[in-house]
Amino acid sequence: MNNSKKRTLFSVLCTACLASAVAQTDIDGIMMTKNNFCVGPVYSYSSWKNYWEGTLKRDNENLGTVSTQQFAVMGNYGISDKLNVLFNVPYVKTKATDGTLHGLKGFQDLSLFVKYMPVEKKIGKSDISLYAIGGVSTPLTNYTPDFLPMSIGLASTNVMLRAMADYQRGKFFTTISGTYIWRSNVKIDRDSYYDTELHLSNEVEMPNVATFNFRAGYRSQSLIAEAVVNNMTTLGGFDITKNNMPFPSNKMNATMVGVNFKYVVIAFPELSVIAGANTTVAGRNVGQSTGFYGGLFYVFDLGRKSKSTPQTSQSK
Amino acid sequence: MFSIWAANQNLLLKLLKANNMLSIRNSVKLLLGGVILFQVSCSKSFSGRTDNTPALTPSKSDIDAGLWKPILLTSPTEFAVPAPVATTTPEYIAQISEIKSWQENLSNEEKDMVKYWSAGAVLRWNEILRELVAKHNLPPYQNPDRTYPAPNANNPLAYPTFPFANPPYSARAYAYVSAAQYDALVAAYHYKKLYNRSAPYKVDAAIKVLIPQNDLPSYPSEDAVVAGAAVEVMKLMFPGDQEFIQQKAEEHKRARIIAGANVRSDIEAGEALGKAVAAKFVTRARGDRAGTAGGNAAAWKQLETDCIARGEQPWYSLESPKRPPMLPIFGKVKTFLFDSLTAVSLRPGPPPLTGSPKMLDETKEILGYVNNPTRERLRIVHFWADGAGTVTPPGHWDAIAAEDFITKNFSEVRWARNMALLNMSLMDAAIVCWDTKYFYFNPRPCQLDPKIKTLTGVPNFPAYISGHSTFSGAAAQILGHIVPDRKAAYEAMAKEASDSRMFGGIHYRADCEVGLQVGAKIGNHAIIRAQGDGAGN
Repeated sequence: MNNSKKRTLFSVLCTACLASAVAQTDIDGIMMTKNNFCVGPVYSYSSWKNYWEGTLKRDNENLGTVSTQQFAVMGNYGISDKLNVLFNVPYVKTKATDGTLHGLKGFQDLSLFVKYMPVEKKIGKSDISLYAIGGVSTPLTNYTPDFLPMSIGLASTNVMLRAMADYQRGKFFTTISGTYIWRSNVKIDRDSYYDTELHLSNEVEMPNVATFNFRAGYRSQSLIAEAVVNNMTTLGGFDITKNNMPFPSNKMNATMVGVNFKYVVIAFPELSVIAGANTTVAGRNVGQSTGFYGGLFYVFDLGRKSKSTPQTSQSK
Repeated sequence: MFSIWAANQNLLLKLLKANNMLSIRNSVKLLLGGVILFQVSCSKSFSGRTDNTPALTPSKSDIDAGLWKPILLTSPTEFAVPAPVATTTPEYIAQISEIKSWQENLSNEEKDMVKYWSAGAVLRWNEILRELVAKHNLPPYQNPDRTYPAPNANNPLAYPTFPFANPPYSARAYAYVSAAQYDALVAAYHYKKLYNRSAPYKVDAAIKVLIPQNDLPSYPSEDAVVAGAAVEVMKLMFPGDQEFIQQKAEEHKRARIIAGANVRSDIEAGEALGKAVAAKFVTRARGDRAGTAGGNAAAWKQLETDCIARGEQPWYSLESPKRPPMLPIFGKVKTFLFDSLTAVSLRPGPPPLTGSPKMLDETKEILGYVNNPTRERLRIVHFWADGAGTVTPPGHWDAIAAEDFITKNFSEVRWARNMALLNMSLMDAAIVCWDTKYFYFNPRPCQLDPKIKTLTGVPNFPAYISGHSTFSGAAAQILGHIVPDRKAAYEAMAKEASDSRMFGGIHYRADCEVGLQVGAKIGNHAIIRAQGDGAGN
């Protein structure tokens, strides 16, 4: 009845977790070539001790450190060199080190993206490419979003549209993107709740979200190393009141910075390893989470009988 | 929102044009168009369950309710209401003109106001009270020195704001508001019958009537009586929200005049009567010992020492820093339905000893539940949790009752009587339950076995007996009497609410089963009252 809680940013949005992984995701300037299918497991861990209750940064001895582990399978298939489809299926597990609250676990949200590169232009030594990305995510299970910060997700069905530009000169690149996420209302197990007024309903209006992502670094055939800044702004929502619990429709904002690496095993180019880390530098109604991840990807060439080196069109 | 989409679209189209990829441009256009359409067609607005409640049309007028037995009033005439002016006087005719002038230019906002309030005065004020409870049901944050500040009624807006509307506090607030409204309406119906002044729409057929007509005399206004009583009691219970409360009352009174239901003198007499009757309840509340229910450091320590002296493991706060127990002396608060000796006699026998094999078994049972949280059990836990930031379990039962009462077409006085019976049961359940909790001072499951992690927040007071079970047992019992066709449903809900505390890791089986039994006994006292109050159900 009186534990104050906070959620982790990691399960706020599928984009937040995908933003941290680097292998041909929905938010990077890399495309799979036609008929290639890249798939693999990704493990990620993030935790926070401090969180923002509205704009007030605090800790909570009744939670200690709240962690989220995510076991995901991600994949990317090249319909053509300019059109990719991607998916992500995460299993999420939460835990608090202190206090009495029980963690939750389960399959979270299936994400599907269509990534389209209508423009790719060479200007001198530079490559410029433009992307339009559309995506949906929806809960795979009937998990509850109303036990934050232990809930494994927010349970809304999201429709996402992103515009992205990538610039590469030599082995150095920069990518910027902006995303608008429309979120459906969610249903909670209670039949009334108070946000800034009392609602006699189990339905919660979820404010939409805008994100901005900037990444830059080194990109070659065998190695990608980049730094990322990601900003998420909830377009509406309300602040957690003092010593209250968080709620799915809170105004969750976060600015995260991180690094990502991808290494393609030279002797065995179908195989790549990814790893990275990120931390939250500013936020509102979110945990100040820091996390890392690692994953393995394998590229299957589904198009040709003869074996050839898999390629990603931007990895020059 | 639309403009953001449009901007995105334009930007993309411009970029595509540069590349002269016409067919792709069209397909992107189509995609964007589709998304925009999706956006527009998927409105996020939704209605609350009682937003569109139709106007109250009582199936019986209950014109003789002046003869019903009041709770605190010695008689319905304890507070005098002056005789109204005749409907032929210039003063009255001027009041009719006021209605007509309002009605000349009705804004949509005013029409909505009429629609909202016409659903029922007792209903709407109960909802407003639930809203204030939810707003204030938050435990104070600790001081830097790891002590906890206490809300101060004399400085309600300073942090921690007053009150902390926890379950016992709220049960008491719901009871006083409901009981005061009931007594005030009993008096009002006495005067309605006595003076028998017709509603304005019966006097002047030219008035547009925005609510269903009936034959109930309109002086004094039953709506203003309900509002006046609510305002007076809520000022005591939620002193920092007076402006909000007052604004609701003004809207309510205006809605009745706009609707053509009451002239101003109906409203004024009703409001004065409601306030006068409520003042008697406020006096009772000031002296009901709730003000000292928080105890002090010496009293808190004594509870622990006494428990250890009995050879039992005492309860400890599971919060960090350790929070003083919630309202440990609330068991001494003055009950509504029975005297203090009866209250003590309702205290059940002891829980299993903390060192007993029985307690070990009960603890194991709870560990089994929390380690296997099926989705259905989690739903039950969260549906009934009614923890921080909610209307509390008494408020949840008020909502259940109110939404059933809507279908029954009760008169305002019967609405008030039934809500009073329910809320006096819930308040007395809080008193007996809190008395029991602090008498035994029994630890929570997760104190006896730290492997038990809970699926909702652990309340900061001893386990035996379960508050949710006691509240629910009492509510189901009296509601089953008021709405007999729902008796089995209420009992099933009470059982589920009770079980939810085991599934969530909050309570042992004994807490829940005994809590339901004690609650039912308290509900029986309300039934005895109901059978003798003259309302005929």
